[in-house]
Amino acid sequence: MFDQLSERLQSTLAGVRSKGRLGEEDVDRAMREIRLALLEADVNFKVVKSFTARVKERCLESEVLESLDPGQQVIKVVNEELTDLMGGSGRDLAFVDGGLTVILMAGLQGSGKTTASAKLAALLGRDGRKVALAACDVYRPAAIEQLETVGRRAGATVYQKGTEADPVEIAKWAVDLAREEGRDVLIIDTAGRLHVDEGLMAELSKIRKTVKPHNILLVVDAMTGQDAVSVAESFSEAVEFDGVVISKLDGDARGGAALSVKAVTGKPIMFASTGEKLDAFDRFHPDRMAGRILGMGDVLSLIEKAEQQVDADEAEELQRKMASEQFTLEDFLKQMRQVRKMGPIGNLLGMMPGMGAMKQLKDVDVDEGELDRVEAIILSMTREERLNPEIIKGSRRRRIAEGSGTRIQQVNNLVKQFGQMRKLMKQVASGGMPDPSQLAKATGRQARPRIRRR
Amino acid sequence: MTVEWSDILDTGVAPTGPPDSGPVEEGEKKGAFRRLRESLSRSRQALAEELTASLFDRVDEETWERLEEALILADAGPMVTASVVERLEMEVDSGSVAPEGDAIRERLIEILAEIARLDGDSVRPIDLTARPSVLLVTGVNGTGKTTSIGKIAWHLSNEFGLDVLLGAADTYRAAAAEQLAEWADRAGAGIVRSQEGADPGSVAFDAIEAGKARGSDVIIIDTAGRLQTQGSLMDELGKVRRVIEKQIEGAPHETLISIDATTGQNGLRQAKAFAEAVHLDGVILTKLDGTAKGGIALAIASELDIPVKLIGIGEGLEDLRPFDPDQFARALVGSGE
Repeated sequence: MFDQLSERLQSTLAGVRSKGRLGEEDVDRAMREIRLALLEADVNFKVVKSFTARVKERCLESEVLESLDPGQQVIKVVNEELTDLMGGSGRDLAFVDGGLTVILMAGLQGSGKTTASAKLAALLGRDGRKVALAACDVYRPAAIEQLETVGRRAGATVYQKGTEADPVEIAKWAVDLAREEGRDVLIIDTAGRLHVDEGLMAELSKIRKTVKPHNILLVVDAMTGQDAVSVAESFSEAVEFDGVVISKLDGDARGGAALSVKAVTGKPIMFASTGEKLDAFDRFHPDRMAGRILGMGDVLSLIEKAEQQVDADEAEELQRKMASEQFTLEDFLKQMRQVRKMGPIGNLLGMMPGMGAMKQLKDVDVDEGELDRVEAIILSMTREERLNPEIIKGSRRRRIAEGSGTRIQQVNNLVKQFGQMRKLMKQVASGGMPDPSQLAKATGRQARPRIRRR
Repeated sequence: MTVEWSDILDTGVAPTGPPDSGPVEEGEKKGAFRRLRESLSRSRQALAEELTASLFDRVDEETWERLEEALILADAGPMVTASVVERLEMEVDSGSVAPEGDAIRERLIEILAEIARLDGDSVRPIDLTARPSVLLVTGVNGTGKTTSIGKIAWHLSNEFGLDVLLGAADTYRAAAAEQLAEWADRAGAGIVRSQEGADPGSVAFDAIEAGKARGSDVIIIDTAGRLQTQGSLMDELGKVRRVIEKQIEGAPHETLISIDATTGQNGLRQAKAFAEAVHLDGVILTKLDGTAKGGIALAIASELDIPVKLIGIGEGLEDLRPFDPDQFARALVGSGE
């Protein structure tokens, strides 16, 4: 429903243009839409209230009233205010120069602390730091084993003393050991605890007083509802955390909790955890999160990802080839691999604006296996075949199918579609608009979108 | 009138042991009911603050606005909130509910309980009458699936004297099977597990074969937590269900989703996507011992017709409880015992 906020605002205010000005009742109607959308995104009720009040005030200023397209103006104001509320610029972790930096992780049960600890270890490890993890969750069965496994994957050493030791003692011992072993960073994973559990909150506060961490991070699940505010307030009171890690952002939660936590505690959101893999952990960008809450996609992230993966010269060369129909299966393979390096296609689709609103794309589940098959087929061709797919006939077809473990039919399809795609590319690259039916034909099987049952 | 385990677990046999006897850790047992009362009163307290007596003293526009606010803060979501407030307002306007505090509050509790209950007067029990019965437990990561399974297993084996077998089909999360094995040990249940990374469908298959061979009464299959947007993992869950369907006719006899009470409106999307992938019979609403009210359960019940069956109110063994719609509604609105 949030996806359509932009559209709903546009239609709510559609009649206004003909009237020539935006009256207070128009603004009120727009505010109702915004309010509903924010509540559906789990932004805290009180935060919504003060937010809409501020947006309304700005909307009633003359620039919005007199602008030609009030709908767009309102969206712009909302976007700016959201970004502003979420933190302006991001703050980074504090590091000790030439010594040990201690980071304490805290949060509710199941918020994703252990995973976030390992991901943070991997991120800091990639920066060239020597990282160790301390296992202070002695309560949940097998929590230590989990940290040892993910820690190993992250390339970090895990310090643990079993489940019998006292968490405060473990933390103290781990800091000493990390210093002795000359580590740069020690990340302390603690047990999940309810913010109303006085005993466990006192324990957390004791760990903090004993080891004096340089950074305390609160891990908050992106799916959290209205309660995010009381959780953040309690943790802030007990340990005065410095920043927030927002986890499970790879789902379809709007993450309004992030907004609430920032608004209420004033503490910045530092990191966003976005997937299963260890490297799915990024520094947080308030502007992009505002776009997500508004359903405007995550274009900036997508562009950044593409920039990391694609070489500008290569892209130019590719463009030239497309325009002249010299694009070969070899180029196609290279391109496909570049795109896939950016992550699962499904994730990429989610970052594109408008995709959320397109019904038929909403539940698309790109079959990565199909892409693997396409790759296998191309890899089973000779170089000559990749450069001139026209020569792929009878016996070559059979050989390629056998070599790639596919059926002749599938090889045929790929070659045929590639031919259509090449034509289409030429058209697009030389400025013509492709015929939609042709587009469907050419893209139909490459990344076959499979609509899930029911 | 509280809902007991024997009301919510339809096992085909009468309970044999007293409910709260067993390998309960020191300090865990004695405070069980006190803590249940405390934690429910916590959530009650919160809404009670919103719905103080003065709220209904004078019934005007502000009354309805504040009621709306209270329901939103309980995570009931804009849709349920709007319909409940509208209905109550209409009933007061038409005169069928007296425009005074107590009458409105009582009617509000009735409406909320009605939404939560779904089926008239009775709760829909967890059907484990078949032999063996298969219970499939699903949900998003970190919602408390494994822990809830451990506790259900404990009740089935200690309270009903049933032979329970657990299938560790969460082969993704590091040490998930170890966690389940610890619970199997505590509950006196058997466990079938495989190594990390094994195919969950084949673990489910093995568990059911083993359950049939040893004559287990109930087989509970734990699954890996997954986000509802992870298409391939959701497909995999569908496959696990199909594997189970093929082995025993009518199985799984009950499929539950575990939902964290702190979850906001995304809970609705979770329930919807899991229902599409595996068909759901009920919800385990966990972590109700915090300050979250779990109002999302109302949205799930009213929009998807899936009732809550169990609630989790703490870490202890006895902190998994049968869901009581009246108590839940009362806790939301915050009126007395």
